[in-house]
Order: sequence, then structure tokens, then C-alpha cells
Amino acid sequence: MGARSFLVHGLLAGLVAGLLAFGVAYTVGEPPVDAAIAVEESAAAHEGDGHAHSHDESAGAEAVSREVQSTIGLATGTVAIGLVLGGLAGLLSAAALGRLGSLRPAGSTALVCALGFVSFALVPFLKYPSTPPAVGDPTTIDGRTAAFFGFTALSVVAAVGAVALGRRLVGSHGGYAACAAAAVGYLAVVVTAAVALPGFEGAGDFPADTLWEFRRASLLVLAALWGGIALVLTGLVDRSWRRAVQVADRQALAASL
Amino acid sequence: MALAVPAAPLSVGGATPVIAWRELAPWLLFAVLAAVAVLFFVGSEQGAVSVFAGTAVHEFVHDARHLLGYPCH
Ligand SMILES: [Zn+2]
Repeated sequence: MGARSFLVHGLLAGLVAGLLAFGVAYTVGEPPVDAAIAVEESAAAHEGDGHAHSHDESAGAEAVSREVQSTIGLATGTVAIGLVLGGLAGLLSAAALGRLGSLRPAGSTALVCALGFVSFALVPFLKYPSTPPAVGDPTTIDGRTAAFFGFTALSVVAAVGAVALGRRLVGSHGGYAACAAAAVGYLAVVVTAAVALPGFEGAGDFPADTLWEFRRASLLVLAALWGGIALVLTGLVDRSWRRAVQVADRQALAASL
Repeated sequence: MALAVPAAPLSVGGATPVIAWRELAPWLLFAVLAAVAVLFFVGSEQGAVSVFAGTAVHEFVHDARHLLGYPCH
């Protein structure tokens, strides 16, 4: 169980998770995306001015058709993200191996994946929820992009810091106090940042049910991605751990004879 | 080096092995760089910042960008 095998396990998990996320995105995510684009286009038609961001396939030579966007383009995006996040989750699980109290490899791997979902997907979503086409002022894209990635980076750094804090405290204060301090510390950092950072509200008269449907779908896609990584990676790590134990036991038995 | 099977029996009561930071560091560094690059292309290229001119990359991964929660436009 070296770094290499953790990376291979992570990439495999990420591939499966990316395909799973595509399946969820295609089935539950595309209907609200299409509905949002219809709203965007009817708004643009009413205003009669050139819209800054066009999803219309007839808009220009460089435009990609909706057919491609909703199938191969969507799958490329989810699988690419799945692969890099899966690989990273695999290597972080390698780092967590034997370093998180008395957790076994499967336990520490599952914890790494859970922390990845919370810090990299759920908490950023709660501060800056996904926006469908037609929601969001194009003139604020720079600020929104910086705020989103800045907040996400802070959340991940805070999660890593919280784990380090917990490891530091576990010897002197025990497991419960260490976990509680880590969780409270992480929440204190992200809640403070979430309050301090600007929000970018303003869905205007975009239909509320379409917005809710889109955001629910987006959260499901993120859950499918991280759930897929967690399920497959933990299973693969547990399997190779069991094999290593078997080999070691056999060697110990042979040595004792 | 890759963690070889420890000399002591691993069985259920044994300690979980640890992989040294020295071995992990280059793998982690590379994985973080790869993740940042892919996140940039799927999450932001030709939105707020552009490496390539035009909107082809943006349009191709457009739906994934929206549904994975990245700011699009
Ligand atoms: Zn868009």
C-alpha cells in the first residue's frame, strides 16, 4: 500500500464517480438548465439587445451546440473533475493512513472523502450556491469567480488545519475533545469568512421553482461525485489492506514454524 | 519508498502503517497542480480569465461548469 497504489485507486474511483455525476447531471440537471436557457433567450428576445453570453447554437461559428454541451461536453467536464479529485483524494488518503488516531485504512479514507465533500463542495455551495444560465450579472463575473474560488480555497485550508489541530490535541486531550475542537475550529473559520465575504444575490424575476430545481440538481451532482469517490476508493483501499494483512499473517505464520 | 509489508504481523490488532511525508510529497504536489489546472479549465477558462481566445472551451464544458457549481457568467 504505497502512494502509487493509492493514486491508482483514486483515479479509478474518480473515473467511476465522474461517470456517475454525469448520469445524475444528465438526468436531473439538464431539464432545469434547458428551462433556464429558455428563460435567458426569451429575456434577450424581449430586451432586443445583444446578450453578453449566448447559448444559442446559431450565435456564431465558435458556439457549441446544446446537443454537444449536454452530452459529451458535460461528460468531459464531470469525468475530468472526477479524475483529478479522485486522484487527490487517493493521495490524501495515503497521507491520512495511520495518522488519524486508531482509524483503520478504510475509516481514514472514508473520513478524507467526507471532509473533501464538506470542505470542497458543500460549504462553498452554501455560501455561493450554483447559478443556472440567466442568473447572475455578467458584469460581476470577475468578483464572483474570485470570491468563489477564494472561499473554496480557504475552506479546504481550514479543513486541513482542523485535522492538524485535532491530531495535535488528541494525545493530551483525547479523541472526543480533539474532534470537537477540530470541527468547531473549522466552522469558526468558514462561518467568519462567509459573513465577511460579499454575497451576489439577485435572481431577479427568474422563476423560483426552476432555480430551486437547478440548485437541488447541482447539489445532487456534487453528492454523486463525492459519494462515488468515497464508495469506490474506500472499497479499493479496504481490499488492498485486507490482502496486505493476509500476506503479513502468512509470513508471520511461516516465520514461526 | 513504497510501504513494504511491515515485519510485525499486521493482523487485526496490529498498527496501521504510515507512509512517510518524504515519499508522499512529490505525488501530492503533482496531484494538486493537476487538480488546479483541470479546475481552471472546467471551472473558469474563458469566463473571468482566459488562456485561449474565444469561447470554445467555455461552451464545451458549459453545462458541467454550471452543474458543478462554478461561476459561469
Ligand atoms: Zn452559462
